[in-house]
Amino acid sequence: MDDIAHLSYEEAYDELEALVARMESGELPLEKSVALYERGQKLSAHCQALLEGAELKIKLVDEADPAE
Amino acid sequence: MQTFSVSQITGYIHDLFDADSVLADVWVQGEVSNLTIARSGHWYFTIKDEDAQLRCVMFRGAARRVRIDVGAGDEILVHGRVSVYEARGEYQLYADLIEAVGGLGDLHRQFEALKAKLDAEGLFESARKQPIPAFPARLGVVTSPTAAAWHDIQNVLRRRFPLVEVVLSPTLVQGSEAPRQIVMALERLNRREDIDAIIIARGGGSLEDLWCFNDEGVARAVAKSRVPVISGIGHEIDFTMVDFVADLRAPTPSAAAELATPNRDDLLLDLDRLRAGLTSVFGASLAQNARELERLQSGLRFVTPAKTIGAAQRDLAEGRLRLERAGALKLERLRNRLASMAKALERASPEHILARGYALVTDEDGALIRRAAQVSKNQRLNVQLSKDRFKVRVDD
Repeated sequence: MDDIAHLSYEEAYDELEALVARMESGELPLEKSVALYERGQKLSAHCQALLEGAELKIKLVDEADPAE
Repeated sequence: MQTFSVSQITGYIHDLFDADSVLADVWVQGEVSNLTIARSGHWYFTIKDEDAQLRCVMFRGAARRVRIDVGAGDEILVHGRVSVYEARGEYQLYADLIEAVGGLGDLHRQFEALKAKLDAEGLFESARKQPIPAFPARLGVVTSPTAAAWHDIQNVLRRRFPLVEVVLSPTLVQGSEAPRQIVMALERLNRREDIDAIIIARGGGSLEDLWCFNDEGVARAVAKSRVPVISGIGHEIDFTMVDFVADLRAPTPSAAAELATPNRDDLLLDLDRLRAGLTSVFGASLAQNARELERLQSGLRFVTPAKTIGAAQRDLAEGRLRLERAGALKLERLRNRLASMAKALERASPEHILARGYALVTDEDGALIRRAAQVSKNQRLNVQLSKDRFKVRVDD
């Protein structure tokens, strides 16, 4: 589950959305449902942390571009 | 052959002029000569170049709005419609605007000309517009680092979507050097692979201040940008060529930053909604699983061993009862038989027989004598009676 920490906001949000849709559409076995719920909670916590903890990063165009 | 009156043919020519779309709305550049201002306030003059001249009239209302000094020999731009003055049989330019060459009016004229040209090339078509990503990871910003626009953009991004990384591609945003720099700034961002969208921005200013964003080279650089471009130039009312070719036009730099990013507050609400959905769907899943379990359990009650076992237990008890009854009967019979056999046995015992007066004869070793051949003369034998015994000797 450590992979969640590396997800971008969009990736985590999209996965969460798909996960909820999947839970809504399917009659899942209990174990699967619990596992999805746990992952969903982690994804949403990750999104929340990204939104609340982010600090705007500013660079000059040439800084990260050694080819320039 | 039909014959026209002068009025008829002149009217016909007049109609031809007025039906023409070029003549209806035209800018003409030339040198002023023969300027006469009538007592009525109307202007009568001629503009010319080396090879031709054009009579012009400007009525009082329009003449009052002219903001430049106009004198013989001045090179000017005149806007209006070319039509026919039938009384004199002359065509002339009915002027409504006069601008100095290189002045504001000239800029307007250049702007319209370039706009028509780029439009004809299809650069404004909506099919060319690239979508702006909903969650940009990296935003390029083409503006001056010293401009207010740059601070506005940072403030908006910090408030709305601080997850984004901003890559500033600095440039002058005013003056003759600006167009070349803006093109380079755009190209620098386009050379990178990690930019999701570009904001090209400048705060408000005069038409001349914003003019670099009407430059043909700049417009073409925006149009061909691989990365989607959002323009935020000047104020709401300012439209530049860059606005027409950009993938998305924002009225101001701040608005451009807003259009480039989702709003954090909206995202937090979305997230809450999604989390509530997650919890409720999980609850539903739990309930559904519980119902399923319950259904199975109640189904189990009907098919299950509990019932079979009950029946079997009853069978078993009954069986045991029958078995016990049957067993008891058999045992009684056995017991009776055993008793009668014991009696028979008793009757057959040697004691019983001896008691009836019989005797057992044995030799001295105790061997039972059954035939006469077993004995010889003078042999001693034992005779066993019921109660006692005696010895005898074989006589013969």
